Amino acid sequence: MKIAAISNDRCLTVQLKGELDHHSAKGLMSRLEQEIEIALPLKMILDFKDVTFMDSSGIAVVIRMRQRMRELGGCLVLQKVNAQPRKVFEAAGISRLVEIE
Amino acid sequence: MKRAENYVTLEFLSRSSNESFARIAASGFAAQLDPTLDELGDIKTAVSEAVTNAIVHAYPEKLGKVVMKMKILDNNELEISVRDWGCGIENIEQAREPLFTTGGGERSGMGFTIMESFMDRLYIKSVPGKGTMVTMRKRIAMRLNGKR
Repeated sequence: MKIAAISNDRCLTVQLKGELDHHSAKGLMSRLEQEIEIALPLKMILDFKDVTFMDSSGIAVVIRMRQRMRELGGCLVLQKVNAQPRKVFEAAGISRLVEIE
Repeated sequence: MKRAENYVTLEFLSRSSNESFARIAASGFAAQLDPTLDELGDIKTAVSEAVTNAIVHAYPEKLGKVVMKMKILDNNELEISVRDWGCGIENIEQAREPLFTTGGGERSGMGFTIMESFMDRLYIKSVPGKGTMVTMRKRIAMRLNGKR
């Protein structure tokens, strides 16, 4: 999975590209945590536009990032979530924890 | 036992790189039932969960054998089973509960919940120390004016 991060005015936007499964989740989680360490953002936006597949491994990633952002007193927003990952988030009730634009 | 109109058996090692292989194989096999994109997404997601369970939980410290069988039953029904010879599940009822996981912070505990809600039926057979077999079924609706 590829990522592209842009930080601006303590808002960190990360574009995710590819398939998010157990195989890719571990590397993704540590790279996202690194980006948070560098930017120390108050808002993190995860852009799912180019996520072509996601299973429950993505739920664990989002819950971890939400926790990291809360520790910093910030928030996490998910945007441009395609139908397939959206259905996985809905099955887990993630919209009650994280804003999905 | 329902008669299979067509079937495929795949055997692979419990490497995480085989998760995407299993999904692609499942969607390729299911294609002959002419599923919608949504149905195909459901099948890929459920297969990903079942295969990941075998890779993460059945063989936590080693590599082992995973066998995935896919069948087309009459009535346009797809059956997929994923079997391993790993450590087995002590308490299946507990494992099926949403958010229950033995996988720590890297797993969400939603695998069985997703298999259950994305497919029509889910059967789990497991013997601690012997292995686990997960069988899922989903009926693919016939298109009204589609040819087969």
